[in-house]
Amino acid sequence: MNRVVITGMGIYSVIGKNLTEVKDSLYQGRSGIVFDPVRKEMGFRSALTGYLERPQLKGILDRRMRIGLPVQGEYAYLSTVEALNTAGIDQHYLDAHEVGILFGNDSSAVPVVESVDILRQKKDTMMIGSGYIFQSMNSTVSMNLSVIFRLKGVNFTLSGACASGSHALGIGYLLIRQGLQEMIICGGAQEINAESTASFDALNAFSIRESEPEKASRPFDRDRDGLVPSGGAATLILEDYESALKRGATIYGEIIGYGFSSNGEHISLPNVDGPVRAMQKALKDRDISPESIGYINAHATSTPAGDSNEATAIDQVFGQSKPLVSSTKSMTGHEMWMGGASEVVYSTLMMHHGFIAPNINLENPDEITSKLNLVTRTKLTGFNTFLSNSFGFGGTNSSLIVRKI
Amino acid sequence: MMQKDEIIRKINQLLIAEIEIEETQIHPAADLKKDLGIDSLDFVDLFVIVENNFGFKMKAEEMTEVKTLQDFYDYITHRINPN
Repeated sequence: MNRVVITGMGIYSVIGKNLTEVKDSLYQGRSGIVFDPVRKEMGFRSALTGYLERPQLKGILDRRMRIGLPVQGEYAYLSTVEALNTAGIDQHYLDAHEVGILFGNDSSAVPVVESVDILRQKKDTMMIGSGYIFQSMNSTVSMNLSVIFRLKGVNFTLSGACASGSHALGIGYLLIRQGLQEMIICGGAQEINAESTASFDALNAFSIRESEPEKASRPFDRDRDGLVPSGGAATLILEDYESALKRGATIYGEIIGYGFSSNGEHISLPNVDGPVRAMQKALKDRDISPESIGYINAHATSTPAGDSNEATAIDQVFGQSKPLVSSTKSMTGHEMWMGGASEVVYSTLMMHHGFIAPNINLENPDEITSKLNLVTRTKLTGFNTFLSNSFGFGGTNSSLIVRKI
Repeated sequence: MMQKDEIIRKINQLLIAEIEIEETQIHPAADLKKDLGIDSLDFVDLFVIVENNFGFKMKAEEMTEVKTLQDFYDYITHRINPN
C-alpha cells in the first residue's frame, strides 16, 4: 500500500482568501458571518450567511473557461491555483503527468434558476446560451477545472451532502493508496447565494440570532440555535509519498485514516452510532490508537441535536484520552459541500503553526458537550495528529486522520 | 432601417465585447472558426447575441454557408434588410 501525503493546499473562504489570511483569522478567532438584507427581503427566516466577494477572473481565464464556471467554480479555481503553487506544480508538470481531480460539490442552484427563468421568459431553449449547462451540473467544479488545468487522470465529483469534501479526500486517498493514481487535486466547493439555501432555510435549521451575526454560529454552546450557511472552496494536492520525495515537495501531512459510514435512519436527524463507526473505522485503517489523536476538528455546526450527538460520539470513542476539540464552523459558518476539505486545510495549518483555533462563541457548554475537552481560546500547542469529522443529510459520515511527518 | 456599415460596426462591437475576439483579428476575410476561434459553443452564444441585439432568430441551417466574417455581415444584413 502506498503512503498518501498532502503536498499542496489552497483556500478561498469567508475568513480569508489565501492560506496566510486564513491562518491569521484562525489564530485570532475571526468570524466571517454577516447579515444579508437581500435574504430577509426574499422571505428567509434567517438572513445570516458567510460572506465572500465574487472573484474577478476576466483577464485571468479566457471567456470559454469563465462562462462555464459558477461562483463555487470560481472559488475553486483560485483555491486550486494556490494549492498547485504551494505544491510546486506548474502546467508543464500537469501536461506531462496523469494528475486527477476529485471535488466535493452537491449543488449549483443559481445557474439552474437563471436558465429556467430565461426559458420561461423567452420560451426558447436557444436563448439560454452555452454556459449554463456547464455551470448547472453537480460535477461543474471537477468538469471545469479538469479542462482549465488540462488534467488527464481521474475526474469526477462526489456528492455526499455536507461530507462531500471529506469523502473527496477519502476517495482520493484510497486511489493513491492503491497505486491507481500518483497525484490527485482534491477539494470541496460551496456556492454562497440565497437560491441554494432557501429550501434549507425552510427546515428551521439556521440560527436566527440576526442581531449578532458574528455570535450566531456557536457550536457546542448551550444557547446554540442553529447553523449559519457559508461557502467558498478548498483544495488539497494528494500525492504518493514516493513521488513527493522524488520531487522534493513540502509535505504538509500524511493521511493515515479514512472512515465512512451511514446512519441508516433519518434523512436529516443525525445519530450517534454512525459517527462512532466512522471515527472507529478511520482509526482502524492504520491501527491508530485514540490516544494518538491530539486534536479533533468537529463537524459541529451549531445545531442543538447535531452537536449533542457528535459530542456523545466523540466521548464514546475518545472518552479516555480526551483530545482537544473545536469546531472552526464557529468562525466560518457551515461550509457544507466544502467543509470536509476546508477543515482539513484549517487543521493542517494549525498543526504546522502550533496552535488550535478557538471554538468562538462557546460561552457555556451544556451537560453533554461539557464532556469534551473544548478549546475556547486560541491555544498554543503542538499536536502531530488530528481527526476531522464531516457528516451530512442521509446520514453520511466521513472521518479523516492526518498526521505530521 | 439599419445601414450595412452600421450593422458591421455593431457586429464587430459585439464580437469584441461578448465573444472577446481581439480587435486586431477582425477583418472581413477572417474565417470564423479558424481565424477567430469561434467554435460550436460560441455559435450558441451568437444565437442569443443576435436575437438580443438585432431582434431575429438565426437559423442553424442558414449558418452552414457562413464561413467568414464577411459571410456573417452579409447574412445579418440580409436578414435585417431582405431586399
